[in-house]
Amino acid sequence: MSKKKDQVAGFTPTGVVYKTTDLPKATRKSHKSLGIKEEDLLGLYESMYKQRRFEERAAQQYQKGKFGGFLHLYIGQEALSTGVVHALNQDDDIITAYRCHGWALARGTSANACMSELFGKVDGCSRGKGGSMHFFDLENHFWGGHAIVGAHLPLAAGLAFANKYNDNDRIATCFFGDGAIDQGSVNESFNLAALWNLPVIFVVENNGYSMGTAVNRHTAGELVERAAPYNMKRDVVNGMDLFSVIEKFSEAAEYVRNEQKPYFMEVRTYRYRGHSMSDPGNYRTKEELEEFRANDPIERLKSYLFDKELATDDDLKEIEDRLEQEILDAVDFAENAELPPAEDLYKHVYVEDDFPYHV
Amino acid sequence: MAELQFREAIREALNEEMRRDESIVIMGEEVAEYNGAYKVTQGMLDEFGSKRVIDTPISELGFAGIGVGAAMNGLRPIIEFMTFNFALVGIDQILNNAAKLRYMSGGQISIPMVFRGPNAGAGQLGATHSVSYESLYAHYPGLKVMYPSEPGDAKGMLKTAIRDNNPVIFLESEQMYGMKGYVPDEEDYIIPMGKAKIKREGTDVTLVAHGKAYHVAVQAAQQLAKDGIECEIIDPRTIKPFDMETVIESVKKTNRCVVVDESHPFGGIASEVGFQIQRDAFDYLDAPVLRVCLPDVPAPFAKNLYDLWFLDKKQVIDAVNTVTYRN
Repeated sequence: MSKKKDQVAGFTPTGVVYKTTDLPKATRKSHKSLGIKEEDLLGLYESMYKQRRFEERAAQQYQKGKFGGFLHLYIGQEALSTGVVHALNQDDDIITAYRCHGWALARGTSANACMSELFGKVDGCSRGKGGSMHFFDLENHFWGGHAIVGAHLPLAAGLAFANKYNDNDRIATCFFGDGAIDQGSVNESFNLAALWNLPVIFVVENNGYSMGTAVNRHTAGELVERAAPYNMKRDVVNGMDLFSVIEKFSEAAEYVRNEQKPYFMEVRTYRYRGHSMSDPGNYRTKEELEEFRANDPIERLKSYLFDKELATDDDLKEIEDRLEQEILDAVDFAENAELPPAEDLYKHVYVEDDFPYHV
Repeated sequence: MAELQFREAIREALNEEMRRDESIVIMGEEVAEYNGAYKVTQGMLDEFGSKRVIDTPISELGFAGIGVGAAMNGLRPIIEFMTFNFALVGIDQILNNAAKLRYMSGGQISIPMVFRGPNAGAGQLGATHSVSYESLYAHYPGLKVMYPSEPGDAKGMLKTAIRDNNPVIFLESEQMYGMKGYVPDEEDYIIPMGKAKIKREGTDVTLVAHGKAYHVAVQAAQQLAKDGIECEIIDPRTIKPFDMETVIESVKKTNRCVVVDESHPFGGIASEVGFQIQRDAFDYLDAPVLRVCLPDVPAPFAKNLYDLWFLDKKQVIDAVNTVTYRN
């Protein structure tokens, strides 16, 4: 008799799936006990709402055929970008994958520059050279926008290496999807960051799906435990709740800055839209989507503000109307902006403009 | 003029530049405590300390990418690969990140760094340890590529590569590390990027040869001279940008050209040089441009097969005899 437990009938996944019920508990702390100033609360609402409406408008423009390329939407995950930007110093470094619009907006890149980049215009945040997946804004310490899955983790370790070398008190933070967790670059980056005590927070945004493949079908074991062999401090965060994100990332940032050691965070979140615009999302149920929508980060903050009488309907309406107009203006701006001049084709390859290109 | 080994010339360039600029660090496998797998970095840990001379694990993807990230953020890293054969497991960081991030960010990002180490084979090491990569790196926009053939060039070119504000691929050779040559004593000996050198003047045929292949061309030229054939040898030194002007001028004088290239024939440097000559010096040619390359097969181990595989001066002499119609 064979001792084999299973006959090979196919390659069956052995990982663990999670649903809303597996979302870690949201923090019960008030904004005051989390150190969030009352006057910042509406700004946080504004940051999330801006990302949401920007992307909804971007999707419309894409469907109208106003620009080409891929379009991956961040809708549903805004609590993370907004919360992290709040928890970090403005000169801390942020680098992310191709689902990058929300991060640029949260960090302070203008809606005009973001929309223009989608439209491939010269006023875009990457001068129309990057497109949807490659937003960059170095003035705001936003390092992109990277579309080879997992390839930006070593870059994040390198940003942290330079910060440590220069002893400048900045930390680096690196965001990637659950699909990236299976790349070899994760192992190499974690090992080197732990070996050299690099001040970097690696963050997996576990939105449940690597494109159309559910977490339990692409990863063996718990994501957060990937950091265990490196003795990296780690935690799991409810990414649908802004205050939970702020709480955990404030702690993590303080630890990384003071101890000069890496940190790994698994953020459980959900994208409401498909992987990209061409994805109808047949791999998941409507019920699952609704379950997460019931935890919508923008609605949660709204409820909090109303419950604690920190804002009125009118206060939020004023913000929403203003943002609505700002984003419509951004669409107009992008439509009317100039295309990159033809000579830009040969610019920005090398630092010098007179490189003798081969013909 | 001092007579130095190739490895010593490279070490002098590294030491001088690291003394000059504190933002330079060097990292790679065995570069620090072991003093370098090929002793290029000997003594550097003692002088600069473990903050600037850094041993890495065998993790090319990781440390190549850390180099790129650190360069983006203000340092000038030098990444040593034990050989460029091992760089393949980290090549995504070179071809996608180092070469393209400046372009994709609309010029916001600068990546001043050097990837260096031995290129190509070193005898009977088998197929995976014997590949020439210069045409691959030169093919993709965003990188510069240098490949010195002599110690003096190596020092002056490496200093240029380190000071360049773009990612530079700097190729060396295990088999050349012990080779001796004269290195100028001048304090700041610099060889400009993209400048070929006519290393032997001649009137009958132009030989274009870089890196280790240069020395095969020299052997052939010495033998041919005994028969009254004078070869002009051009060492391009920088592969990208490639100094075609010097080659074209020479071909207009000699009307004949053989390219000697330690690479496989398809799509290599020899193909590119041949194409450019037919386009820009077509009316000056008295014979088709020929190339002496490696066969289109991986490197074998067996001594007899390896000797058949590797470049030989006889192949160069045959090619010269063909283009001069002496066969």
